[in-house]
Formats: sequence, C-alpha cells, structure tokens
Amino acid sequence: MPFLQAIWIVTRKDLLVEFRSREVVYTTLFFAVSVLLVFSFSFVREGVAIEGAAPGILWVAIAFSGTLALGRVFERERQNETLRGLLMSPAERPAVYLGKLLGILLLLFAVEIVIVPLVAFLFQAPLFRHPVLLLGLLTTGTLGFAAVGTLFSAMLVRTRSRDVLLPLLLYPITVPVMIAGVRGTAALLQADVDLPMARAWLSMIVFFDVVFVTLSLWTFEAVVAE
Amino acid sequence: MDFTSLSFVNVSRSYGRRWALSRVSFRCNAGEIVALLGANGAGKSTLISIAAALLTPSTGSVRYGDHESRSTPALRQRIGVVGHDLYLYPELSAKENLTFYGRLHSLPDVGARVEAALGRARLSDRGDDPVQSFSRGMRQRLTLERALLHDPRLLLLDEPFTGLDDASTSALVARLLELKTRGGIVLVATHDLEVVDGVVDRAVVLRDGRVVEMPGSGGSLRERFRLAGS
Repeated sequence: MPFLQAIWIVTRKDLLVEFRSREVVYTTLFFAVSVLLVFSFSFVREGVAIEGAAPGILWVAIAFSGTLALGRVFERERQNETLRGLLMSPAERPAVYLGKLLGILLLLFAVEIVIVPLVAFLFQAPLFRHPVLLLGLLTTGTLGFAAVGTLFSAMLVRTRSRDVLLPLLLYPITVPVMIAGVRGTAALLQADVDLPMARAWLSMIVFFDVVFVTLSLWTFEAVVAE
Repeated sequence: MDFTSLSFVNVSRSYGRRWALSRVSFRCNAGEIVALLGANGAGKSTLISIAAALLTPSTGSVRYGDHESRSTPALRQRIGVVGHDLYLYPELSAKENLTFYGRLHSLPDVGARVEAALGRARLSDRGDDPVQSFSRGMRQRLTLERALLHDPRLLLLDEPFTGLDDASTSALVARLLELKTRGGIVLVATHDLEVVDGVVDRAVVLRDGRVVEMPGSGGSLRERFRLAGS
C-alpha cells in the first residue's frame, strides 16, 4: 500500500470518529477556554493585562489541552483494542504513527483557531501583527509537542497508570519546544518587535521537530509492537 | 507472500519472570482446522498473538511455510484475527468499519466486498447503523467478516463463540468449514468443546504453557481433553 495513502486512511478514520462523537474537540476546547478565563482573572488588572503574560498563557493552554486530547484519542483506540487492529493491518507502522499524528494535529489546530483570538482579546495581545511568523511558531510548536505525545500515548496505551505517566514523560521532553514557543511569541508581542529573535526561536523549534519526528518514526514500531 | 503451513518450533514466551509458553511445537497445515484447548491462563491467547505476529517469542520461532516470523506487511496481509476484543470502532457504522479495514488492506473493489461481507453477516439492513447500537452477537458476526474481508490464508480465532446464539454459532462454524475447503489454515482457541467437536481436524492442548498429549481418537473432544488434563 502506498505510504501516503495509508497515512490518509488512518487520519480520515480518526476525523470521522471525532466527527461522530465530537468528544475530543469539545472537551479540549472547553478545557482550553476555561484555562484562559481563569488566567484572565489573575493576570488582567483593571482591564490591563500584565506585560509578557500572554505568550506563556497561550502555550500553557496548548500544552494542557493537547495532553487531554492525546489521552482521549488513544483511550478510544484502547477501549476496543482497535490499535491492535491497526497494527495487524498491512499498513506500514510509521504510516500508522503519522496518520495518528496528523489526526491529533488537525484537532489541536481546530482548538488553536479558537484560543489564539481569545488570548488576543482577553490579554490585549497584538498576536496578528506578524501572522505568518505566529502561524509558523504555532504550527511547528504544536507539531513538536504532538509528535512526542503521539509516540508516548501509543507506548502507554496498555499501561494502567497512563494518565499519570503521559504528562510525566511528555512535559520534560517537550520543554525546549514550549520555551522556544513562548520566547518566539514574546518576541512578536513586545513593543519593539524583535523579528530576528522570533525567527531564531522558530528555527530552533524546526530543529526539535526534525529530531522528534525522526526519533518517533524510528521507534514507533518497537514501542507499540509488544 | 503465500504459505501452506504454520509451524511453531520450540516457542517460549516470558512476561518478566513468568513463562506463559514453554517450548511449544506443533504444525497446522492448509485445509485444516486446529483447536487450541486449555484452561484459563494456559497460554492460548499468547500463542494466538505470536501467530498473529503481534508478539515475538522469547525463544524459538514461528514459520509461515518457508518464511520466518518477521512481522512484514506482506505477512500481515495474509493473516486474519478474531480476538477477545472486536477491533471495531463503535462510533462508525458497520459499513465504515469494513471499508476502513478493506482500504488498509488495499483491496480492489472495496464497496462490493463490503456489501457481500455485510450480507454474509446478515447485517445488510443495518450497514449504516453505528456499531455501538449492535448486540454482542451482531458485533461478533461483523468482526468475523472484518477478519475474513481480505481472504486471509491464516485465520486465528480467540474464543470466537462467546456471546453467540445458536444461529450465529452455526453460521460461524459454516464459515470456518468454508475457509477450510478453500485451503485456509484455521487455529481456534476455545472452551466451547461441544461446538467445535466434529468440526476441528485435531486439537492441541496447552497446560501451564506446555503442549500436553491428547488421545487422538475415542470419545468426545471433552472426554479426550479431560484425559489430557489428568
């Protein structure tokens, strides 16, 4: 089977399941919006947001809601052992990994479409001053986070304490991506926009993405096989 | 890739310090239905997972005809599995589930195959309903068709009769016999000895992860199984 076709078949199935249940997108979105609202009560005083808070809040919301989405997507595969069904199919295992990753990315992008304007509104953050760079930071940052998260979620799917272990494993490894995302976004939001710095952080996330995706493709078969 | 036999050669498998299987050796040939019998925890499901290339043996090997047991896409294309779990997405319809697996197997003319499979599962009128609205028996029939959709050479079944009514049990037995006449290899792990008595060509008994001798003839399968266990 062509590799790209297998990726799309898996992604399409995940999107169809999500379209039917709307479970992951609603819970993730609800959680992300709740996080933003709670933070807005802490970091906005008399209608003015604390300087420099918005980038951190944005990436914390992405990381926390992403963790929730990863857990739910793989819980669904565990409930009827459908991950086993996928692994028994002739599809290449890396294609299964990329198919799952693409499905999670699309879900997280759908959440970001809502929370980015909300952050801009609640924290008076000029997020759309450099939309292309912001899009680059969000896309690459989410990819890096989801790439590691997809691998670990698949690895932990049959583990009893997976809900505890996933963040314990995921956050320390994705900290570089989160820091680069926050610093890159902050460089875009400061009064004197620092484009070279934003590009430097973007390059760093791209580097992490290449490393994370390559390692995940390399190890996926081994971690899910047994 | 094609093969006409499945051979376990001194297969052992451990989980930590516990040995689930210990030097298991036997062979199944094309056109044969082999029952895998044993008490709970005897190692039947582990052996089925190893035959499905989902688990690797700790020692020993599994041979599919002349091929070694590496889990390649070509090998997986020739294996069908009906496990404890159904491997079906409850949110999707019966038709969508079968189409998904048919596409993963790169089957030509998936739509026609899916319609035929739904007919065999007696679910033609429920094809667009979500699987979560099906009874256990309907799900089990659909699972069997999912496993057979790509015409596998080797069919592995782990307790396939659980939750089936008499009509569905008879239909499943008929499907197994049909696969046998087409030259398939069927390995079925079961506790339903009365159902498979007279259907299987022979039985392999596992006890504490080892193959134990069973009388080849004389008496019912249950009586022979009791003798093997004593």
